[in-house]
Amino acid sequence: MHLKPVIEFKDFSFQYFSQAEPTLHNINLSIYPGEKILIVGPSGSGKSTLGNCINGLIPFAYKGQISGDLIIHHESTQTKNIFQLSKWVGTVLQDSDAQFVGLSAGEDIAFSLENDNVPYEEMHKQVRKVAEMVDMQNWLTSSPFELSGGQKQRTSLAGVLVNNVDILLFDEPLANLDPATGKTAIEIIENIYSQDKKTIIIIEHRLEDVLHRFVDRIIVMDNGRIISNTDAHTLVCSDILTKTGIREPLYVTALKYAGVSVTPDMEPGYITTLKANQHKHTLKTWQASVEAPKAKQEKPSILKVENISFSYDGLKNVLEDISFDVKEGEMVSIIGKNGAGKSTLSKLICGFEKQDQGTIFYRGQDIRDKSIKERAELIGVVLQNPNQMISKNLIFDEVALGLRFRNIPEDEIKSRVEKVLKICGLTPFIEWPISALSYGQKKRVTIASILVLGPEILILDEPTAGQDHRHYTEIMEFLVEINKMGVTIFLITHDMHLMLEYTPRAIVLSGGRLIADTTASAVLTDHQVIQKANLKETSLFHLAQMADIPDGTGFVQSFIDYERKLKNR
Amino acid sequence: MNVKSKLFSYDIVDSPIHRLSGLTKLICFLLLTFAVMYSYDIRVILLVMAFAAIIMKISKIKFSQIKLMVIYVLIFVLTNAIISFLFSPEMGVEIYGTRTPILILPGKFDLTAEQLLYSTTKLFKYASVIPFGIIFLLTTNPSEFASSLNRIGVHYKIGFAVALTLRYFPDIQRDYQDISQAQQARGLELSRKASFFNRIKNGLLIIVPLIFSSLDRIETISNGMDLRGFSKSKTRTWYTSRKLTGNDYFAIFISALIFIGIASVSIFINKSRFYNPFV
Repeated sequence: MHLKPVIEFKDFSFQYFSQAEPTLHNINLSIYPGEKILIVGPSGSGKSTLGNCINGLIPFAYKGQISGDLIIHHESTQTKNIFQLSKWVGTVLQDSDAQFVGLSAGEDIAFSLENDNVPYEEMHKQVRKVAEMVDMQNWLTSSPFELSGGQKQRTSLAGVLVNNVDILLFDEPLANLDPATGKTAIEIIENIYSQDKKTIIIIEHRLEDVLHRFVDRIIVMDNGRIISNTDAHTLVCSDILTKTGIREPLYVTALKYAGVSVTPDMEPGYITTLKANQHKHTLKTWQASVEAPKAKQEKPSILKVENISFSYDGLKNVLEDISFDVKEGEMVSIIGKNGAGKSTLSKLICGFEKQDQGTIFYRGQDIRDKSIKERAELIGVVLQNPNQMISKNLIFDEVALGLRFRNIPEDEIKSRVEKVLKICGLTPFIEWPISALSYGQKKRVTIASILVLGPEILILDEPTAGQDHRHYTEIMEFLVEINKMGVTIFLITHDMHLMLEYTPRAIVLSGGRLIADTTASAVLTDHQVIQKANLKETSLFHLAQMADIPDGTGFVQSFIDYERKLKNR
Repeated sequence: MNVKSKLFSYDIVDSPIHRLSGLTKLICFLLLTFAVMYSYDIRVILLVMAFAAIIMKISKIKFSQIKLMVIYVLIFVLTNAIISFLFSPEMGVEIYGTRTPILILPGKFDLTAEQLLYSTTKLFKYASVIPFGIIFLLTTNPSEFASSLNRIGVHYKIGFAVALTLRYFPDIQRDYQDISQAQQARGLELSRKASFFNRIKNGLLIIVPLIFSSLDRIETISNGMDLRGFSKSKTRTWYTSRKLTGNDYFAIFISALIFIGIASVSIFINKSRFYNPFV
């Protein structure tokens, strides 16, 4: 290329002072003006560290040893500080709620102008202009509590655009968004990119969701090294994604299952460019060959919810006339956008709140009069963030806590805790301090500390949020094991993959009402439900349409059945 | 979900008081407070109290909004009066220099007219200052408050810390609730059934996770602020700092007038901080 790179890593290595090994090894990477780059990689691959080097958080906030050079705008960053870099690189952080420091959207957008001592009139003018770019002009006086996740993210984006930067860095922009909002986020990034000719860097492990729009190059990182640097078409045909534990687009997986050899000339990088015409027949034959699993024996009901309504303020019902019946040993997902009533429903089931109307039956018995503590022995709840549940230093004490509260003799506690730790694969760590564990292991500790009370139902809130494919699989396979032991599992989630892969049944809430209670494949192909619950159609459905398969839902179901059999579940 | 979690019930209501800039309100608040705290002249204080009532009316504050606060204040003020009487029942006598007993009581606890005047004056002092505080809090956008602090000379980092606290308080409140419920499900007893010592110990089981999960958030927040240039220069401007209008100058003028008026009454008429009808 004749252009000079806008960002250039030259033999760049970095080691955090707190780490024994370097996190980045010998990075050589050039990014040219006006490019749109996606950086993918599993957790711990160094992709976020790379991003923090570009925006200056390294070495400003995170100290460490740097060797080699990083050149931005033809100047070595070693002579620059974070404030000078922030004039060139705008960063939108993963947690747009924590990045939202203002008490209103307008104030938050203005934050960096305030720090630059921009006068009042000029500041308001610029804020209005930028707010229009991200369609937030009508929300400038709204407080963060009134805004949705997507709106908060757009505010964050406006807050860096206002600096007139020419490089935009997005750190896991999809992590906290529901599928539909995530899709919109990718479209907004594309708009900014095409209108303003900015250089865009997106760090994300959800490959397929980013590839909703075109990117110039995809950089794959693993163990602190760049292992691939190519376009989307070439990447999805290689085996790099499976090797690094990044999920390939579902339609590519489906093609591979059907025995199609996926090649770059099919342009398989994006579902919109995919040319699969010659393979229609192969796909149809494959689908016909997939056997549906035998219908399972109907088990007795374990949790039945009948005509439940609830309101916090006595005015507006957060839940309205909800009824469903879940059988023993099921694995069910509860989905719906923020504020649809999912967490409220779980609070009612656990007894944290009492329903205004309706009844909850546990094995046919009304549990209205059971206290929180009593219900916990039947129904356990696991919060999303393990740090919110852990209050002890040692794993043993943490898991034993619930039993100690119940004044159970210490020798019984010992045997029960040891048994649960064994089930959860935590026996080797029994003497470890919890702070030494990884996120996934902490998650297991919190699940163990609930399981030890012997509940037959487990409710988990976004168990895999923010996890890459490898850790996601690890957590979910663990839950499958527990499910096989007879524990009924409810998953509150936004993750459509999780739903497809692991929960045969999905309960969908929208505006406090139950709008669907059916198979995951039916939910993800029902246009109306998708729209109401802020989901998006799975690419498998598009693939089915492309192959002229009339029963899209059936195709998706076949994919699920095939995968279950493959993984022997 | 977080309907209940609002620290101040600051509402965006349109009233002449709401429209004043935060700086104006802060200055007026300080002027009036100092004036009333300085003077012990019940006539003046009653006038200011009437003034406070009028301002409260203008700012469209409903009694239901401040009911709880008013109850707390009443309890505080009455306890204060009783306790100060018990500790120094002759305070009024000392101040006014005369002794006019109204009610002879055992021990040294005679009720004197001087003490009665002194106590009543003090009671009304509080009763006239506190409404201004309430008006200020309820009609000022919290971040405008932060910018006002900065504009009267407080360092912007302190002002911003105030605004940040207000911003994240509801989040932490919600986290607290989630953690507390999850721990209760594990069997944690927070009710009176547990002994006092146990309740404190159990409280820790909520506080520890709360601190650890908040620390993560603080790291992100401070990164986000660094990335957008917070603290790079010695000064900053404020999105919410409104320009002073004619109304603002008028309000400051009135407050200054009251301040000067009260000071003049003390200096020229009473020739002391106290109004003394006994001599």
